[in-house]
Amino acid sequence: MRTLKILLQKELRQILRDPAIIRILFIIPTIQLLVLPFAADYEIKNIDLGVVDHDHSAYSRKLVDKIVSSGYFRLKDYSASYQQGLDAIKKEKTDILLEIPPQFERSLVKEKEATLFIAANAINGVKAGLGSAYIQGIIHDYNQEVRMQWLQIPRFNSQPVIEVTSSDWYNPNMNYKVFMVPGILVMLVTMIGSTFAASNIVREKEIGTIEQINVSPIQKAQFILGKLIPFWLIALMVLTTGLIIARLVYGIVPVGHYLTIYAFASIYLLAVLGLGLLLSTYAQTQQQSMLVSFFITMIFNLMSGLYTPIESMPEWAKIIARLNPVSYFIEVMRLVMLKGSSLADIKYHIVAILGFAVFFNTWAVLNYRKRSG
Amino acid sequence: MQSVVVENISKKYVVKKKATEALSDISFHVDKGEIFGIIGPDGAGKTTLFRILTTLLVADAGKAAVDGFDVVKDYKQIRNRAGYMPGKFSLYQDLSVQENLEFFAAIFNTTIQENYGLIKDIYQQIEPFRTRKAGQLSGGMKQKLALSCALIHKPSVLFLDEPTTGVDAVSRKEFWEMLHRLKREGITILVSTPYMDEASLCDRVALIQKGKILSIDTPKGVTKQFRKPLWAVKANEMYRLMMDIKTDPGVESCYPFGQYHHIVFKNPGDDKKRLEEIIQKGHFTNAEINNIEPNIEDCFMALMKE
Repeated sequence: MRTLKILLQKELRQILRDPAIIRILFIIPTIQLLVLPFAADYEIKNIDLGVVDHDHSAYSRKLVDKIVSSGYFRLKDYSASYQQGLDAIKKEKTDILLEIPPQFERSLVKEKEATLFIAANAINGVKAGLGSAYIQGIIHDYNQEVRMQWLQIPRFNSQPVIEVTSSDWYNPNMNYKVFMVPGILVMLVTMIGSTFAASNIVREKEIGTIEQINVSPIQKAQFILGKLIPFWLIALMVLTTGLIIARLVYGIVPVGHYLTIYAFASIYLLAVLGLGLLLSTYAQTQQQSMLVSFFITMIFNLMSGLYTPIESMPEWAKIIARLNPVSYFIEVMRLVMLKGSSLADIKYHIVAILGFAVFFNTWAVLNYRKRSG
Repeated sequence: MQSVVVENISKKYVVKKKATEALSDISFHVDKGEIFGIIGPDGAGKTTLFRILTTLLVADAGKAAVDGFDVVKDYKQIRNRAGYMPGKFSLYQDLSVQENLEFFAAIFNTTIQENYGLIKDIYQQIEPFRTRKAGQLSGGMKQKLALSCALIHKPSVLFLDEPTTGVDAVSRKEFWEMLHRLKREGITILVSTPYMDEASLCDRVALIQKGKILSIDTPKGVTKQFRKPLWAVKANEMYRLMMDIKTDPGVESCYPFGQYHHIVFKNPGDDKKRLEEIIQKGHFTNAEINNIEPNIEDCFMALMKE
């Protein structure tokens, strides 16, 4: 115990003495957490719209007005022909082209039917898909309005109609920040934890101090624990900073309990730091370990369900996501933050992450050799 | 009693399928309380040998024991009773002098107070700087701190890998005085050095070259092995002088040594006369010819040729 205490004391002293480390540990994640959620926005706004209006009627103008006033679209081009409208897309002046045929108003009133044409620039697939969906929604609304205004709707529908009303549970306003901020926080804590842990033992190899440790009667597990605990504490502090920012800046108050988050985070960090230390025992230089750790955390973050739902990934990718500790923490964070899940609700997550923690740390202890062959 | 026993130790390093023999079939023993010097140029295998004896490296073949404990089987015992000071300064540069010492005391399950008597003489010299970070110490002070840290658990055998490399002449002299004091405490000391002049300060030395031991003896014994007379020659044009001497077929070796050239003849006899002839023929001025006692370096040069 005394040995462990002195190891921890030494490690914390070294960390606290390095002003750069403190800056990297706290200032950088804070800035990232203040910047990233605003940029990582799923809503597509400012879609540049081009209109080719062959009708020039009150109805067509009303439709365009309605689309533009939705806030998602900016009217950038008003062309006389479809060809000109397409040129505007080619010149990247517009993203979506709406063509209103001649006699749009007339056929709508007389024949109770009219067609519209939408063309989208699919170079940015997300923008094209969402933009078309938005515009269709708006046209659908417009259609309803026209019907209300002009047509006598029978008391009972002559045809059966299913009307769908949806309500978004756990995030009623579909505020994407509530959804993204906890995820980004997980990503930051993971990156900091694993990168620092990965470079630490290697640093002792590089400066040669590991030789002195290796000739001493110190136990391997003690040494690894002495490395693990300080970074565990620091990562929890980074998490705390992040949660405070989430609350003060984004007004995100977890529905569940902070203690649930911390309980899970404590085990999760053991897993992530264990992975870092494991890399550290293999690498010979800090450069090696940093690059490998960077590569692994990047895959972990991209395949964690932070940006794209795991459910929509192909089967093989789902398996990778299941082997990815980050995906569990992101899920737990969202469950606790938005849904208010308790420890009992996330017990499978806890078991899984406990498995990762034991696996990586045991491997690290086994692979750390006090002597070479 | 023998503190260190090395029997037929070999170690190869394989880099890109090319094997380099760092140690080949080395055997020697060190008595308790002896200062044993391992003298050899860079790359001779000194560090490899130390790493094997301090249980950091496992040899390919052979047996070694420290304090009666096998370096492979009983490595845990050795880690409690061996002190190691690696050639590269390997203390925590961002911790202070005192913090380093406390740390190493703690990981060897002891305290500074417990063995203060042993390190007192050395530590007192750096104590005024005990709050200074180790990285900001001078070379000589760093080395004293490293020695203190290696001694803090009162080891019975001390391994010092090139402790005086990169240290000024005064500090080197002080350092050797410290080693002799430690010897009086009954500590066995294995010290490696590339400096031949330090060999005479050891009780016994092993001359090592390319992983092989050339000779093991007391410093006096080593110089006694040098049987042929040794000549030191000096003149105004030293380089031309060496060239001229080397062209003489009777000369076995001629190498520069400080202000002189040291010369050995294949068949000693009228050596002085032959040297005088060379000097006369080459019209050298201010010539000086002395018959001298060989030192360890001369012996090493001679042994390397064999």
